[in-house]
Amino acid sequence: MRPAAGRFVRVAETETRPRLTLSFDGETVGALEGDTVLTALLTARRSLRKAEFGPERRAGFCLMGACQDCWVWQEDGVRLQACRTPVREGMRLRSRAPDSWPDTGAERPS
Amino acid sequence: MTRMLIIGAGPAGIRAAETLVAVGLRPQIVDEGERAGGQIYRRPPPGFTRPPRALYGSEADKAAALHRTFDGLVRDGQVDHHPRATVFALSDGVAHIVQEGTVRRIAYDRLILATGASDRLAPVPGWQAPGVYSLGAMQIALKAQGVALGRELVLAGSGPLLTLVAHQLRKAGANVAAVLDTAPLSSQAAGGAQMALARPRVTLRGLAVRAGLGRLYHPGATLERIEADADGPTALHWRDAAGRARVSSCDAVALGWHLRAETHLADLAGARFEWSPIWHQWLPVTDAMGRAGDGLYLAGDGLRLLGADGAEIAGRLAATACLRDMSLPAPNPGKDLRQLARMAWFAKGVARAFPWPADMVRNLPGETMLCRCEGVTVADARSALALAGPEANRLKALARVGMGRCQGRYCQLAGAEIVADETRRAPCETGRLRAQPPVRPVPVSAFLQADPDI
Ligand code: FES
Repeated sequence: MRPAAGRFVRVAETETRPRLTLSFDGETVGALEGDTVLTALLTARRSLRKAEFGPERRAGFCLMGACQDCWVWQEDGVRLQACRTPVREGMRLRSRAPDSWPDTGAERPS
Repeated sequence: MTRMLIIGAGPAGIRAAETLVAVGLRPQIVDEGERAGGQIYRRPPPGFTRPPRALYGSEADKAAALHRTFDGLVRDGQVDHHPRATVFALSDGVAHIVQEGTVRRIAYDRLILATGASDRLAPVPGWQAPGVYSLGAMQIALKAQGVALGRELVLAGSGPLLTLVAHQLRKAGANVAAVLDTAPLSSQAAGGAQMALARPRVTLRGLAVRAGLGRLYHPGATLERIEADADGPTALHWRDAAGRARVSSCDAVALGWHLRAETHLADLAGARFEWSPIWHQWLPVTDAMGRAGDGLYLAGDGLRLLGADGAEIAGRLAATACLRDMSLPAPNPGKDLRQLARMAWFAKGVARAFPWPADMVRNLPGETMLCRCEGVTVADARSALALAGPEANRLKALARVGMGRCQGRYCQLAGAEIVADETRRAPCETGRLRAQPPVRPVPVSAFLQADPDI
């Protein structure tokens, strides 16, 4: 059995950094200042979103802005690259397009 | 005054900037990072406390010196630094940049590209699972974020980064279950001898790191598949050098076969390319100083994969070439050229020791994802070749290999190998994927807020 906790494990730099919270798909996620959005989400969750072209889920790949695997949505509909965006207190993020968006079927969870 | 633009603030970009500043020029320097340093000397965000020695090991002094130089240039107003800025197109002397969600343009007369490299990837069946990362990703996560990308890690591929990252992860307390090197000991010995002649100390350090991994390290491994459930990898299936089937359980896998030069911008800027049999990829062509064309200079791993030390030298040389072309006083490049030749000799040894896994790619089962971005399989690519013919750009148009969001960064070389295998020719005869702007995706909203900055 695998732990239900997040994918990433903090191994350093946990002592002095202030705590923040953000929301992901409506749930509260804790983070530390200096985290990227990717670090924050994946220390709490197993993946970011469903793949557009396959059944699998996605969790980033390169962490250097090259693969474009780590895009997540903000609640206002603008996407951001999770591995290159630092967290900010109160960010509201989602794993799929806002419900008000036209449904292309591509990014909906199965 | 001549408008100088440097793209990339790693070792090459920083030394290029310093060299230009020394004669009173004030270059602009655009970089994707939050803080200058590049990937190898990447700096954690403010508030992180590990000292340089913990982050960069034996290279700590070099990293600190480089950071100090750049911070000094910025503090004294000698360069114009644009951090967190991505150049997505170059045309007619204008760099198109997206920064903080807004498109900006910077016009230039002379351009130095120091765009670095990323992992050279080959597909492994199952590599689309969440929890499979590039080797570079594992290192960036550890250095810049203090995280391990899983609880039980398997690192696989080849190249100096493989054993270095494993060592760094273990030192930080992460659980590394296996380190699988596809390079057999025979090629490592042949390349290693050349490496040792060129840079004995660096070579010894590498050997010590590898020895420290003990029984975790397996040379001559053959990777078979990543077993995964919906949640991510559960095991990597492989064969050892003696051909015995082995399984390493894990919840994260890192893959990488040395490095691939980041050349999209050099392509857009008009550099000419040649297939390099040594590095097994297409690389831009320059003279010894890094001149690639009129007012175009290349330096660092985006030109030749010589590593961070080589990049610092190449950055200085490119700037020196630029100064000479402007008839400005320039440093004497003699010593740098000699040192760079030694770096190149060493790097060729590295390339020989840790080769691209051509046979593994040619033998991939048809259902393997070739393109991670859009889920194009090896079989899709092979069957499209009947219509496309043996040419990478046609295959991209017909089967979307290289069309996805990474713009071919992670599938191009495997694609070339598949085309070569299917059509019985050498990879260099399969055509080079031409870069197309935007070389990174840009949200449409960024254009709406475009700022006429020229
Ligand atoms: S993980 Fe590759 S772009 Fe973010």
